[in-house]
Amino acid sequence: MAQANETPLVDVRHLKEYFPVNTGFFKSIPLKAVDDVSFQIKRGETLGLVGESGCGKTTVGRTILHLYEPTDGEVVYDGRPIKSKADIDWFRTKSTMVFQDPYSSLNPRMTVSDIIGEPLDVHHMCSNPKEREERILALMDRVGLNSEHASRYAHEFSGGQRQRIGIARSLAVNPEFIVCDEPVSALDVSIQAQVINMFDELQDEMGLTYLFIAHDLLVVRHISDRIAVMYLGKMVELADAEEIYDHPLHPYTKSLISAVPIPDPKIARANKRIPLQGDIPSPLNAPSGCPFRTRCPHATEACAQSMPEFKEVSDGHFVACHRTAEVN
Amino acid sequence: MANNPLSMQVNMDDFLPATDEEKEYMVQMRPSSTFFRDGCRRLFKNKVAFVSMIVIILITLSSIFIPMFWPYSYKTQLGVQPGHPVDPSFNNLAPMEYSTTEQAAMERGESVFPHFFGTDDHGRDYFIRIVYGTRISLAVGFFASIIVLVVGMTLGSIAGFMGGRVDMVIMRIVDVIYSLPDMLMVILLASVMRETLGSALEGTVLQAIGSNIISLFIIFALLYWCSMARLIRGQILSLREQEYVLAAEATGAKAGWIIKTHLIPNCISVIIISTALQIPSAIFTESFLSFLGLGVNAPMPSLGSLASEALNGITSYSYRLVIPALVISLIVLSLNLFGDGLRDAFDPKLNQ
Repeated sequence: MAQANETPLVDVRHLKEYFPVNTGFFKSIPLKAVDDVSFQIKRGETLGLVGESGCGKTTVGRTILHLYEPTDGEVVYDGRPIKSKADIDWFRTKSTMVFQDPYSSLNPRMTVSDIIGEPLDVHHMCSNPKEREERILALMDRVGLNSEHASRYAHEFSGGQRQRIGIARSLAVNPEFIVCDEPVSALDVSIQAQVINMFDELQDEMGLTYLFIAHDLLVVRHISDRIAVMYLGKMVELADAEEIYDHPLHPYTKSLISAVPIPDPKIARANKRIPLQGDIPSPLNAPSGCPFRTRCPHATEACAQSMPEFKEVSDGHFVACHRTAEVN
Repeated sequence: MANNPLSMQVNMDDFLPATDEEKEYMVQMRPSSTFFRDGCRRLFKNKVAFVSMIVIILITLSSIFIPMFWPYSYKTQLGVQPGHPVDPSFNNLAPMEYSTTEQAAMERGESVFPHFFGTDDHGRDYFIRIVYGTRISLAVGFFASIIVLVVGMTLGSIAGFMGGRVDMVIMRIVDVIYSLPDMLMVILLASVMRETLGSALEGTVLQAIGSNIISLFIIFALLYWCSMARLIRGQILSLREQEYVLAAEATGAKAGWIIKTHLIPNCISVIIISTALQIPSAIFTESFLSFLGLGVNAPMPSLGSLASEALNGITSYSYRLVIPALVISLIVLSLNLFGDGLRDAFDPKLNQ
């Protein structure tokens, strides 16, 4: 792991993203998709981001890249706050994104070489067609695609190959930071392994930094250095990958980790699952205080009063819970 | 090894390594098929659409090339020769009939080009007038659709892409234009513009085309873009939510780039189809305006004005009404059938 005193590559400070939802003719109430999230990603590190569907993981990723205008808070990249249009343009050459759905994220009317070459064309990074073609073929080679496929269309490929095309596109600008938005959840397991290992290799070769969004805890554990857990637009726990598996502090994290399937039935039987009651509340109508209190087995009066602070309880282990000390 | 027919032993000859040729054969890939090629294949399979396409091509080519070598012109009155008295025997000839002057010439052994459809009451060859009228009608239909396409596509894609207030304003304008009675607006605009444009065009190149056709184009540009704009807005709205658009945004692509490379190519089939279906309706509008006397200027024929002139002699020369009416029907029918065929071939939602 990188040293703690180094400046982080990506510093997310109190990021908020509210979407207006029309409830009447002129009325709208904010949907708090991301509510006051702060974290840092060091250079060369992989931060895994997990949580249930609809907890705002994807929104965090997209807001960091400024695909959505943040409602509040800021993103500091490599010491430079991303504010003006010029900042965003600069940021777009440093950071890219890999999308979840390999089917809808590739334009059906473009050939593979045009899809991969699009970032090059947008940023005018190639002076002549020959250089462009060489770079595209090099990228295809890097992600394990046959260069004969350059003139084919995306619909002629399988899901895994399509995801490779998407990864090649995201590598085209030589980025430092890639937001991977559930890049393997649409693939079947054997392909998942290949793609995950490719992410690992690319990180070693190119010194990439990942924000790896997923809901599959095993995948996240495999690839991440640190893991952040989100619930209902808020971050509830953040720690090293091993630490969060071995010593989860937040009741929600405990429940999540207890739900991970274990391939060995003996251990699986010995492990007690911690089922949660009820459903995830609507983010339009979030509970007061701690968002998890409606489903938390340890909730008290105090939990309804105020939102627990996201604080460091041990070295590099952050948690947002009023009762960390009592429960654990 | 001797071959025992009952032996379960494996025949090793079946397991020889593949030759280079066989390898070549195995790795051969199906040629990459594009959306466009697939669509064309489906289009050519559809007999009705294919025949309509051939009819359209034939009509178009003949309307372009026949006037080039035809011995008669659409505006020469054959009975009127400079320095000679007017020869009325040229007027109102029946199909394939010759005037007395021509009969005299033929007796002298000269060859005279026949009047396939006879002549009109000014002694002009009716066949070439029909061909010329077809040319004008097709040109109006074609250019009017292009104008509609350009205006509708621009405003529709802006409305769909920008969304919000811009979308609101453009769509309310569309609603207003929709709520006005079409024909009334067309007639009003045509008569107003004939006055204003007539003087403005004098001495320019456009004068030859005639102020009425120009005003026709302006009317199309003003009134008929609405449905095209709505259609394209709807398409863009749904395409904008696709992840590949977001991916392009994430790479830093500007709005113009996204519209040009992602949105328009993905709704191009819808655009082509509705343009193809727009042409017959433009031809229809032109014919009917010409019929009312608001179309092309006098010596220039269009199918509608030919039909309108023929009304005066409908009892004696009914074929003069029937021929342009048939040509209009043929053009409009084949364009409509072709447009339907295009839609069947290219609309992905109808493929299954």
